[in-house]
Amino acid sequence: MKNDNMTHLVKNGAIWGFIVLELIFFQVVGSVWSLSQSAFIDPGNMLLLLKQSAPIGIIAVGMTVIMINGNIDLSVGATYALAGIVMLDSMTWPIFVGLGDWAIPLAWLAALLTGCILGAINGLIVWKTGVDAFIVTLGSMLGFRGLVFMYNGQQPTYHLNWTMVDIAEWGAFGLQTSAFVFIGVAFLVWLMMTRTVHGRNAYAIGNNREAAVNAAIRVGPHIMINFVLIGFLAALSAVAFYSGSGSVNPNDGMLFELWAITAVVLGGTKLAGGAGSIVGTFGGVLAIQLLRKGLGHIGAQTETVNLVIGLILIAVLMLDKQLNRKGQEELKL
Amino acid sequence: MAETNLKALGGLLARQGILVAFVVFMIAFALWNPRFIQIDNVFSVIRSSAILGVMALGVTFVVIGGNLDLSVGSLLSFSAIVVLDLHETPGFGPALAIPAMYAMTMGIGAVIGFLVGYLKLNSLIVTLGMLSAIHGLTLTWSGGQNMDIANQQETWFGIFGRGSALGIPIPVLMFGLLAAILAIILSKTPFGRKVYAVGGNGTAATFSGIPRARVVFLTYIISSFCVATAGLIQASRTMGAQNTVGQGMELEVLAAVILGGASLLGGSGAVFKTVIGVLILGFIQNGLLLAGLQFYVQFVVTWIIIILAVWLDIATKRGKFWSPIA
Repeated sequence: MKNDNMTHLVKNGAIWGFIVLELIFFQVVGSVWSLSQSAFIDPGNMLLLLKQSAPIGIIAVGMTVIMINGNIDLSVGATYALAGIVMLDSMTWPIFVGLGDWAIPLAWLAALLTGCILGAINGLIVWKTGVDAFIVTLGSMLGFRGLVFMYNGQQPTYHLNWTMVDIAEWGAFGLQTSAFVFIGVAFLVWLMMTRTVHGRNAYAIGNNREAAVNAAIRVGPHIMINFVLIGFLAALSAVAFYSGSGSVNPNDGMLFELWAITAVVLGGTKLAGGAGSIVGTFGGVLAIQLLRKGLGHIGAQTETVNLVIGLILIAVLMLDKQLNRKGQEELKL
Repeated sequence: MAETNLKALGGLLARQGILVAFVVFMIAFALWNPRFIQIDNVFSVIRSSAILGVMALGVTFVVIGGNLDLSVGSLLSFSAIVVLDLHETPGFGPALAIPAMYAMTMGIGAVIGFLVGYLKLNSLIVTLGMLSAIHGLTLTWSGGQNMDIANQQETWFGIFGRGSALGIPIPVLMFGLLAAILAIILSKTPFGRKVYAVGGNGTAATFSGIPRARVVFLTYIISSFCVATAGLIQASRTMGAQNTVGQGMELEVLAAVILGGASLLGGSGAVFKTVIGVLILGFIQNGLLLAGLQFYVQFVVTWIIIILAVWLDIATKRGKFWSPIA
């Protein structure tokens, strides 16, 4: 029993321990070898971290829910790009232009609606056809990206609205809008997963679908809700990011799905489903961004980041196998 | 008994359904535009599919063995960059650069195979991590620069991508030859049967004395060999490469393998079917281009075809059109 508690503690604390380790490492290396003039653990620097990790972080929160539920979503990067395009393009539609700045909330709404619809398409296919989510979203990753290109060809879509930029750049306590969105989303989804029936059922379905069916949980609608949620969050991430930048490239968001999954797995969520937490994912997202910043801080080439994160992911998996029996299970495909 | 026969018939239809769909598709397009089946068009389609196809052959082994390989795209970039860089290194030349590239690419394949086979780690996450790590390795190797061969006239390196023998482009020959060899390995040798056994039921395979770890390890070696070959064709065809030349290909490759009817659960699939899957993707792309549509329309069409193909397969197996999920 004591051993169990110990394992539990190591598992949940690991990602935060890792973050602290990263902080110390980069601070010490940066100052001892004087590779950098500025301190790494600087309040401004740390607060900026939240803003920089927001686009992937918001998606990773949704991915956590999907993976706890025992599914996976590879199409989030394409959803992100399409929502961004819809948001910026809709502001130039004749009916919206006349509204002045009132077009902004409508454009946001249009983008979020796009995300929900794309998520619903995925969810409906997974639910009704019984094809595995990996294949369904692998297909829609290609399909949604095709829609992105069909929308505006290979041209970037851009529309700069200074009011919208002001909203995106608005800040308080050193944090900017996207950072607040990230924190808010993480908090709300954490509430959903820990305090609501839907959250409890999502864990139950991921843990043992047969048992969940036998316990009269309607598996389909829960899967559907979660896919709509991740579509919504991918769009929200696009809203938070593109409101400030004002330009979408049709290749934007590629590999976002892989970064999000990496963050989620680092945060301790199991691929097999049924276990994981939003808090862990939050830590995973911060750990990746910290690594990215830290390697830049000590003057390492940016390309080293990919190498290090890949190796850490595999190391985490090996460690996890020692600590967790659930990790030995194969991915449910 | 009758029911079993009926199910077998349904299963047979589902298995060959993709072939039937392919033939119907080809005939429809050929009637609509005769240029579609002209020999030079067919060759150009197969040639442009060859890189994807060669990679898909190797991934077929991995998938039948019950695992995934998401690292093939990164590994393709790696092998292309490495072979070009070594080619340009004084004292190397193509004759040394190519074996060295094969050795390095298969070395990485061996690492993945060790992690997934012997350490029994989840292949999705391992290869996801390797996707990132190999990309980092490639960028470190090249310093972020594109690779080019300076004197393109003075080397025979271009033969793998640009040459042709007996009127058939070399990439097509390599694809065909590799497909034939791997098809024989998979369907006619004890090793091939072991791959099916391990993918079908790993525990049962272990209990019947099949060295599961070694078989999985070897599927990744085969996969990395195929990627190295694809990288060679890619590098030789363009005589230069970007660091991201293979980015995103892992999922297209997987799409081709799935389209060919391999189950991600492992234990089913065939080299021949993967070739059909690759050709379907290639000909759809070509057909849509000939129809005057933009290249990205094929993404949407591929999406619909993948879902329909897998859905049809599952529906025939369970005997019900809609999923039983409440």
